[in-house]
Amino acid sequence: MKLADLGAAALHDLLRRGTLTLHTPPFVVRLRSDIARVGDDLLHLYPNFELADEAGFADFHLEVNRVPGLRRWMKPMARFGSDGEAAFSTLPAEQAFHMIEWGLNWAVTSSAHHFLLYHAAVLERDGMALMLPAPPGSGKSTLAAALAHRGWRLLSDELALYNPRSRLVQGMARPVNLKNAAISLIREFAPDAVMTAPVPDTAKGTLALMRAPGDSVARVLEPARPAWIVMPRYVAGSSPLLVPMAKARMLLLLAEQAFNYEVHGRDGFNATGDLVDACSCHEFSYSRLDDAVHAIDALAALPS
Amino acid sequence: MKPVLLTEVLVDPTRAARLSMAEWDLLIRQGRRANLLSRLAWALQPDLDHLPPAPRLHLSAALQVARRQGDATRWEVNRIQAALAPLGLTPILLKGAAYLLAERVASAGRIFGDVDILVPRDRIDAVEEALLAHGWRFSDELTPYDQRYYREWMHEIPPLGHEDRGTALDVHHTILPPTARVRVNTAALFDDTRAVAGQPGVRVLAPTALFLHSATHLFHEGELDKGLRDLFDLDALIRELGRDPSFWAGLVPQARHLGLMRPLFHALRYTTRHLGTPVPTQVLAEARAAAPSWLTLHLLDFCYDRALRPVHASCDDAFTPLARLAVYVRSHWIRMPTGLLIQHLVRKAWKRLQPEPKEPDHG
Repeated sequence: MKLADLGAAALHDLLRRGTLTLHTPPFVVRLRSDIARVGDDLLHLYPNFELADEAGFADFHLEVNRVPGLRRWMKPMARFGSDGEAAFSTLPAEQAFHMIEWGLNWAVTSSAHHFLLYHAAVLERDGMALMLPAPPGSGKSTLAAALAHRGWRLLSDELALYNPRSRLVQGMARPVNLKNAAISLIREFAPDAVMTAPVPDTAKGTLALMRAPGDSVARVLEPARPAWIVMPRYVAGSSPLLVPMAKARMLLLLAEQAFNYEVHGRDGFNATGDLVDACSCHEFSYSRLDDAVHAIDALAALPS
Repeated sequence: MKPVLLTEVLVDPTRAARLSMAEWDLLIRQGRRANLLSRLAWALQPDLDHLPPAPRLHLSAALQVARRQGDATRWEVNRIQAALAPLGLTPILLKGAAYLLAERVASAGRIFGDVDILVPRDRIDAVEEALLAHGWRFSDELTPYDQRYYREWMHEIPPLGHEDRGTALDVHHTILPPTARVRVNTAALFDDTRAVAGQPGVRVLAPTALFLHSATHLFHEGELDKGLRDLFDLDALIRELGRDPSFWAGLVPQARHLGLMRPLFHALRYTTRHLGTPVPTQVLAEARAAAPSWLTLHLLDFCYDRALRPVHASCDDAFTPLARLAVYVRSHWIRMPTGLLIQHLVRKAWKRLQPEPKEPDHG
C-alpha cells in the first residue's frame, strides 16, 4: 500500500501514535509527530512511497513534536528526536518537516556504514550515474532539481549511497532541498514541480522541498553505475564552463565530502580511488540552468 | 520490573535465533541507546551471517565503528606515550584504553570515547606542560571557576582535546575526588601495575585494581546513560580475570588495602543481581562486610535496578526518573562534603539562571 492510499485522516492518526512506517529504500523509517503540517508535507512529498509493516523492523525511529509550555501559544517550537534521544536544538514548528529530513540524513550517515556515504547529488541516465559532490552553497541541489526535470532520474540531492562491493550507487528518491532564490528559479524552470509552501526566516534563509519528479520513485530500487563526477559551482553571470579535474583532486574532494570515510579506513581510500578512476571528472561553473543542462547533456553524450 | 531484552540477549546470545522482527526492532534500539550495539554485534558474531539482513547491517556497522575507534585509540595512546616519554614518566591507562591495550575481553566491540591516564600528583604540572607542547588544549569555554573546581577539588585536571585529531584526554592523579567520602590509597595503585604487549612506555593496573577502579567509577557516577555498558564491562572482567584463582584470592584483600570495599560490594551485588555474573560464594560473603544498612541497601536497589537500564522508553517504569535523579544526587553527596556540595550546587544553579555564557556540565 502506498502512503497516498492511506488517506489524510489515517495518516495523521498513525503519525500521532508513532506507528507510521514508511519504506524509503533501502531503509524503513518509523515516524511520530503531533504536528499536523508534518503529515500534510509527508503526503505532499512522499505519496508514492510504500508503507511497511507497523510491527516489523524499522531502521530509524524519528520523531518531531511540539515543545510543551505556555510559549506554544505565542511561537510554537518543535523538537527532533531519534528514538527518544534529542538531537539538534529546538526550532520553530514550521520547520518540523525539514527537521525530519535532516534527521533522516543524520541517522543514515551515522549508521549505514555498509555504504560509503558522500555528500553529493546523484542523477541517472541509461543506467549511468552522474555524481555532483560539492560543499553547501554551490548550487548542487538546484542543478540536480533542474536535471531531474530534463530527462535525468533523481537518485538523491544530498546523499550518495555508494556500495563499494557492487560499485553501484543507490538512490532514495527523497525530496530536494531548495533554498532562497533557487525556489523561484526552479518554479520558473519547471512549472510542474511539486513543492511545499516555502518556510521563510530560518537560519538558512527561506526553505522549500521539491518532490522527486517523474519515475524516480517508481524506479528507486534500481542502482546506477557511476560514470561522471562533476563538482558544480554557481557563478553569477558566467557562461557554462566544464573543465577536466585531476583525479587526485577529485579523490580529496570526495574524501572531504564523505560522511563516514574514516569508518572505512584504508578500504574507504581504495574504494574512493576506484570510484574516481572509473569516472570522468570535471569541475563546472554555470549561472543559467538551461545552459547548465545542455552542457551536462553534452558531457553525457560523449563516449566515456 | 520487566526484563530488558538487550540484557537477556547479551547474557544468552543463543536467544537471537528465536527473535521476531518486532523483537529485533526493540533489540537494536535498546542496543543503540545503551551504547552496546557493537558489543551485541560482537557477542552475536559467530552467527552474524545467519541473522535477518536488516538488523544485521546495523550490527556490522556498529562493529566496524568500534574497530576503527579501537585503532584510533591505540594510535592516541602511542602519541600520549611519545609526548610523556621525555619526562621519564610511564602513564597508567585507565578504563577503555586499558582494556584495549591489555587485550581484555571487555574491550571487544566496545565504543571508545576519551582516553584516561593516571600519573603521580607531583608530576602533574610537568605532564600538563608536555601535553600542551604536543598539541593538546583545554576547552575555550573553561571558566576560571571551572579551572579552580578541577584543580582544587577534583582528581583530574580539566579535560584536554587534541587540536589536530579532535581526541579527548583526561589526566588523573587519583581515581576519586580527594573530597570523596571513600578514601583511596592512591600510592598503592602505583605499586602493582602491568606492562602491555606492543606498546612500551605505558602500563595498566594489575587485574584486581583494574576491576576495583571500574567498580569505583561506575558507583560514583551520577549520569548512568552508559551505566549498563559499564556493568557489562565489570561482568566481562570478572568472567575473564576470574578464571585465574589468584584474582579471587586477592580481590577482597586488595579492596581493603585500596580503601575500595564499598564499591566492590556494589559491583558484585549488581553484576550478580542483573547479569547473573558468576562470583564465588566465599567472595560474596566477605564483600558483604562492606554492605550498607538494610534500609540503604533497599533504597540503592530501588535506584540501581532502574538506573542501570538502557535510557530507552521501553526500559522505564513510573519510578525511573526519580531513581535516576536519586543516583545523580547520591553521586554528588558521596563525592563532596556537605558544605562544599551546597556551595557547588548553588553556584551551578545560579549559573544556569544566567543566559550566557554557558558553563560546561561537570556531571
